Amino acid sequence: MEWQWLPGHLDDLAAATVQHLQLSLLPVLLGLIISLPLGIVSVRWRWTYPPIFGVANLLYAVPSIALFVFMSQYVTGLSVASAIIPLALFTLSVLVPNVVDGLKQVPDPVRQAATAVGFGTLRRLMQVELPIAVPVIVAGVRVATVASISLGSVAGIMGLGGLGQLFQDGQQRDIPSEVFAGIVLTIVLAFVCDLILVVVQRALTPWTRARKGAAA
Amino acid sequence: MSTFLQFFLHWLTSPAQWSGPDGVPARVGEHLYYTLLALAVAIVLALPVGLYTGHTGRGGFLAASIANFARALPTIGLLVIIVQGLGIGLLPPLIVLVALAIPPVLINTYEGIRNVDAELKDAARGVGMTGTEVLFRVELPAAMPLILLGLRTAAIQIVATATVAAYVGLGGLGRFIFDGLSRQDYQALAGGTVFAVLLALAVSLVFMLLRRLLVPRGVRLQEKA
Repeated sequence: MEWQWLPGHLDDLAAATVQHLQLSLLPVLLGLIISLPLGIVSVRWRWTYPPIFGVANLLYAVPSIALFVFMSQYVTGLSVASAIIPLALFTLSVLVPNVVDGLKQVPDPVRQAATAVGFGTLRRLMQVELPIAVPVIVAGVRVATVASISLGSVAGIMGLGGLGQLFQDGQQRDIPSEVFAGIVLTIVLAFVCDLILVVVQRALTPWTRARKGAAA
Repeated sequence: MSTFLQFFLHWLTSPAQWSGPDGVPARVGEHLYYTLLALAVAIVLALPVGLYTGHTGRGGFLAASIANFARALPTIGLLVIIVQGLGIGLLPPLIVLVALAIPPVLINTYEGIRNVDAELKDAARGVGMTGTEVLFRVELPAAMPLILLGLRTAAIQIVATATVAAYVGLGGLGRFIFDGLSRQDYQALAGGTVFAVLLALAVSLVFMLLRRLLVPRGVRLQEKA
């Protein structure tokens, strides 16, 4: 592999990386904002879960390329929004089930105890059930983040920016080192974000560590 | 959305779509072929590893790391670089699709086997089963729902992603999408997309049937309760 392409293009790589972060992480945030209420509704009114889950899964089955093209042709044009909206929709099939599972595994005695000390439904949800569900929800966010970063490169070959541009450019001009750099950066980005989420989860759920410490 | 529907209907009812090597049946056939091949290879590679690591409890971290790594691989970039190395052919898209399918199969098998009720395993050993018997006659059937779920996720991902095979000159439903894109023929693009989604729905149905066939009645009843 010829490497002389790389040193002269570090700026491009940095710019593409920053853009990639934006177009792959914003969708996860959006997806989470949509998934939390959907998950809460699915747990509270059980009959709503099959249709919500069904739609999320159906969206996931749409080839990403087609959705990117559809958005950039008809909805948001050749902008980063055309990447962000489809990627956000793809996260739902991971995030909604995890929010639901997280809330469902809150032990009944805990729920009853919260009610007994006078928590209303909303306060119980915000201060008891959601915090307990955090590990499961974060597990979903981790999968969604890694998937979004890797899938985000498809947006690049559609001309929507990010690291995927390197793949298209590297293919058309036959520069393997450019493609290679794009792959490595995507993987590194995914790992760094995953690691950050692990740290975030530890910070959000100090009690999980305390319990482990007590058992040891 | 309505333009999309009009496009699709117009495209669908034109007789040119229904015959020859560029017709819908041929492309669906190619797409199914890539999908089944990739799924089969992924099962051969990932299922035994998942069974082993789940059964022994050893190497679970490694399995999870491999799966996570595979998940982070950017499909298109990987495809382009493999094609630059190996040339155009069935192998590059196959490698990419297999890499995509391994994480869900591996993780679900590992988690499914590992999380089988410990009492169940003890009982199986107690009646004199060997390790292999415990794995195949107790753990595997009990973990079947989760394993099938992993296979289903893998299959749906492959169906959606096999469209990229067309990016490097192969067939399948991606042909309609990429050719539609370069010719600005958005009817073809809409058509290819709808058929890819229909294929994914068909895959879901097949897995519902498999679930009926492969999950023992006792496990199904337990799940309902």
